[in-house]
Amino acid sequence: MAWQKAAALSELSEGGVIGVHVGSTPIALYQLDGVVYATHGICTHAMAILADGFVEDGKIECPLHQALFDIKSGKALCGPATEDLRAYAVKVEGDDVLIDLDAAAAGEAPVATATPSGAGAPTSNTAPSARASNGGTASEAKGEEMSEPLSITKHYAWPAEGLSRIPDWVYTDQTIYEREVAKIFHGPTWNFVALECELPKPGDFVRSNVGPTPVVVSRATDGSIHVFENRCAHRAAEFCRELSGNVSEFVCPYHQWSYDLKGNLAGVPFRRGVAGKGGMPANFETAEHGPRRLKVTSHRGVVFASYSDQVETFTDYLGPEVLREFEATFDGRPLKLLGHYRHTLPGNWKLYHENLRDPYHATLLHTFLVTFGLLVAGNKSLMLMDPKGRHGVMASAKSDGKSVTADAKKEMRAYKENMTLADPRMMTFFPEFDSPWSVTMATIWPNLIIQREMNTLGIRHIVPNGPHEFIMKWTMFGFEGDDEEMTRHRLRQGNLMGPAGFLGIEDNEAIKFVQDGMQRVPDKEHLVMLDPSVAAGSSESLISEAAIRAMYKHWRAEMGL
Amino acid sequence: MVATVARATMSGDARAEQLEAMLLHHEIETFNTRYAAALDEQRLEDWIEMFTDDALYVVVSRENFDRGLPAGLIYCENKGMIRDRAFALKETTMFAPRYLRHLIGNLAVLGRDERGHIKATANYVLMQVLFDRPDAKLHQVGVYRDVFRRESGALKLAERRCVYDSLLIDNAMCLPV
Repeated sequence: MAWQKAAALSELSEGGVIGVHVGSTPIALYQLDGVVYATHGICTHAMAILADGFVEDGKIECPLHQALFDIKSGKALCGPATEDLRAYAVKVEGDDVLIDLDAAAAGEAPVATATPSGAGAPTSNTAPSARASNGGTASEAKGEEMSEPLSITKHYAWPAEGLSRIPDWVYTDQTIYEREVAKIFHGPTWNFVALECELPKPGDFVRSNVGPTPVVVSRATDGSIHVFENRCAHRAAEFCRELSGNVSEFVCPYHQWSYDLKGNLAGVPFRRGVAGKGGMPANFETAEHGPRRLKVTSHRGVVFASYSDQVETFTDYLGPEVLREFEATFDGRPLKLLGHYRHTLPGNWKLYHENLRDPYHATLLHTFLVTFGLLVAGNKSLMLMDPKGRHGVMASAKSDGKSVTADAKKEMRAYKENMTLADPRMMTFFPEFDSPWSVTMATIWPNLIIQREMNTLGIRHIVPNGPHEFIMKWTMFGFEGDDEEMTRHRLRQGNLMGPAGFLGIEDNEAIKFVQDGMQRVPDKEHLVMLDPSVAAGSSESLISEAAIRAMYKHWRAEMGL
Repeated sequence: MVATVARATMSGDARAEQLEAMLLHHEIETFNTRYAAALDEQRLEDWIEMFTDDALYVVVSRENFDRGLPAGLIYCENKGMIRDRAFALKETTMFAPRYLRHLIGNLAVLGRDERGHIKATANYVLMQVLFDRPDAKLHQVGVYRDVFRRESGALKLAERRCVYDSLLIDNAMCLPV
């Protein structure tokens, strides 16, 4: 392709490096023994700007983690980088330094040999198009992603200390948020969309979301459940407006395009025009113009959807340990819907996941938990993570609160000596589950929390709405077969949770405070250092942030950060 | 002149009934004004005393109410639970300081139920002010669906179901409605 001016020769100095942009691609330019070389400008390891690094012996050292690359070939010479830098062809005309983004440097590592089509002799790298012919290899695909017009700056560099720090941009940056929607919510994940008890009959539907994207969940006449985007294939109208209901078909109110219960485009008014005039082209096929339909699965009455055809089965997705906790709550009894709460929360959506992977806060913030022995330092407890760090279960066995040691009380400002309730039934636990835990809070990546707080049961569905806010939709439930007193017990105990709950208020407020802090004193980082003996993963200590670290290990891998 | 004629045509009983209705209307309106003042001034101990011992106090979304779904943001089955909530909000629950302003209007006294208790509804608007924002934000709008009962001559709430229209709560509902 075309040679493009990258810099003036006079901007370079012998043995030095400068950073420039060619189009939207960040480039590092070097001068070694009077010859100019060009590589991609961002370290392949952690998104640091190489022009801030050090040139020595024909190598560039990354300023952040000291990865080394050969300047002439882009070859990664020492960890932590394992992927080579792209090196570009350079020529100098007068004072202009020109580079060709599509042409490899003569010295670049001969990746051409990895081409499946390269059955014969190794292809030469001299032709400007040599590099382009390698499209399809894994490293090439990643290389292309790196040069997307994502304005890559040092801004996205993870702190050198690693997982014990979380930079603010993880929670506040619009570009990061958009990447999360693409890579996580629309990626190979199972997203909660509804409970089957919300759609018992054919034609029943619920308006729901996968990430921020509005979807319709419907039950077809054959009993199957379908999930499709709530966006008319014609002019994009979000056609389904009721929160839930029962219909025989969905009709977009704008131009009456209609969809069947499986989300297929069924009718286009005046498709053939009127009196032989107007109408759709003769070759218009309704089958090719439905809304995007998602893959659907249901486990024990809980319905999930995925944008990915490659996502593993739901049971594999949870893994055996988290699945066991899931099935302890959804134990096979049919669910009975008790109602919804909905609220906005002015914080980043991940903070809610972290809150429920942070047993430390539970022992300090929530008076009700500590005073009534629900979750106290010293209780039998577990912060379980799946091996990939995606899902977590915070579990605790209730004690009577009297076992709290005097030392522990001193640490817990929230502990209220002698606090009693006028109606103590709210804190009664009737064991009904095959589980050693009286409380479990399961976070199922990326959008579901399953609350089993003694006998009050609920789903919390995260609907992100930009980096600074999400909507939380709660679905409270019991079981068919609960007698009236048990239903009332669940409702009484429900005072603990939700946006007016004794614990719920505190979590929502704390998360808001965190986002406020980042917005008003920006561009710093969080400390998540507790429990260093567990690098990242499950911990039996409540005084631990190992589960948060495990979540970010996964998140960084998914995000390519 | 017209009013004089109307009065002249009204029987004594009907007039007494009308006066009684007006007095009751005024009494409930005064009750609701006191109720709003107790909450706005965050005198939750006075708020508790406006309920009977067996009072039901529930804050429930219109979405749930219309579908017959019972889950409430707040669900108190008796005065003890109302007291526990007041205690928790005053003494234990962490939330940012704020001012609330309740406006109660459109009172409708609907008559008496089978036990002779007074049924009434009133619309409410709840404004919330956080200290670091200039605006009083509309925090909730809804309707009180009430049952009043007399105890020692004074009106008390035997039931107050706060059915709110604003389904999406702004972060948290920290104080009662």
